[in-house]
Amino acid sequence: MLVNQMKNERRSHLLKFLEKGLRYDKRKLDEFREITVELGVSKNAEGSARVKLGDTEIIAGIKMSVEKPYPDTPDDGNLMVGAELSPMSSPDFESGPPGTQAVELARVVDRGIRESKAMDTKTLCIEKGERVWTTCIDLVTINADGNLIDAASLAALAALRDTKLPEYDEKEKKLDYKSRTNKKLPLKKTPIAITVYKIGPHYLIDPTAEEEELIDARLTVTTSDGKLCAMQKGENSPLTIEDVDKMVSLAIHKAKELAKRL
Amino acid sequence: MEKRTDGRKLEEMRPITAKTGIVKNADGSAMFQIGDTIAYAAVYGPRELYPKFLQDPARGILRCKYNMMPFSGAGERVRPGPSRRSTEISLVTEKALLPVLNLDEFPNAVIDVFIDLPQTDAGTRCAGICAAAIALADAGITMKELVSAVSVGNVNGRIMVDLTYEEESTEGEVADVPVAFMPKSEQITLLQMDGEITREQLIKALEMGKKACKEIHAIQKATLKEKYVGESDEE
Repeated sequence: MLVNQMKNERRSHLLKFLEKGLRYDKRKLDEFREITVELGVSKNAEGSARVKLGDTEIIAGIKMSVEKPYPDTPDDGNLMVGAELSPMSSPDFESGPPGTQAVELARVVDRGIRESKAMDTKTLCIEKGERVWTTCIDLVTINADGNLIDAASLAALAALRDTKLPEYDEKEKKLDYKSRTNKKLPLKKTPIAITVYKIGPHYLIDPTAEEEELIDARLTVTTSDGKLCAMQKGENSPLTIEDVDKMVSLAIHKAKELAKRL
Repeated sequence: MEKRTDGRKLEEMRPITAKTGIVKNADGSAMFQIGDTIAYAAVYGPRELYPKFLQDPARGILRCKYNMMPFSGAGERVRPGPSRRSTEISLVTEKALLPVLNLDEFPNAVIDVFIDLPQTDAGTRCAGICAAAIALADAGITMKELVSAVSVGNVNGRIMVDLTYEEESTEGEVADVPVAFMPKSEQITLLQMDGEITREQLIKALEMGKKACKEIHAIQKATLKEKYVGESDEE
């Protein structure tokens, strides 16, 4: 009860600020924190990237393998996305199997890449129905301070771009992780996820954990070259069609800005 | 004597770098890199322990979790989540750190130490322990002294420190001995071995490890000093 009261107090305090177009860290409502993208942060991964959005930090790593394709897509490469909300990264995260938040994070990132058809998966087929390249993206939070979805999506894409395939011997059907080729992944698109957060009548971008705790609803919009390819509404409050319209157009606008950072 | 595959001398460790305060949310944190092995450690606590039946009214509990990131190993992806290997390493890491802590100060509480490795090339449990010791000190937890760890071993009769993955997987008589020291009191808090080594070789290896741990200790201390001296300068 007391916890709820305090949360309400904090919410109305934040709303007063937002009405004046201010945030606690002096940003505009639609302004990102400082963004850094660093490539090649883990040598054993075929591709890797570290993304920082302010104090939020995520590492994405790519492991490639050769596996049997799914029966319904016999000549497409496979894609897998996993996310760990490491207990290292926040006092609120516990160790154990991925919880709902981690699963949602992985699936939203997965859908953005898959549905934008960012990868030309046909070129990742080695032998139809038998062997295809599997791209496994793993996301690990290092420090969680809000807006994990956008940071994770950006890290995943940066790591995919950083990836070089290991040597595959077609005769022996063996993968040699020690020798890396110059072959890159067939990336055709740049899917960017932007989450727009709604609190009261305001729309926010890139909240800190402090702000994120107080929001009413969020909408993640993944676009590639201005085209929508995936969406996810989150949190408890409903949205009107008008809300969605505004949030989508803000997301499209911000995606262009973020794409330049890659 | 001929040099090792990467040109090092037998008693020479790979280059080491360390940093504190790498995880802002944590009460204490550190990065420890030795060669291509990188360990992050984050400390949370002392904080209340749930579920409550795990609490000990006489003393606090130390809980370590060692975790290799799925893309961190050479070769195939490591499946996320605990394995038998990581569970055992978590356990021996706890035992390596316990002797320097005074947990009587924190009844019913837990100190959580999370060790995550983004990139590995052997010696991961030792790098994890080195990072954890710095992170515990960074969290302001009273410690009798730091803990420093390194792997030593035998590669076909040559006793050396800080084996790489390549050296560990050499054909023939090979032993890998991860060892942790309380570097001031020269006491061993972690000792494991697998492979082939004689008693004489083992003692020689441990002496080499002791010397190496003292070098690591100096780096750990310097890393902590750097952060706190820096802070007081800013004020």
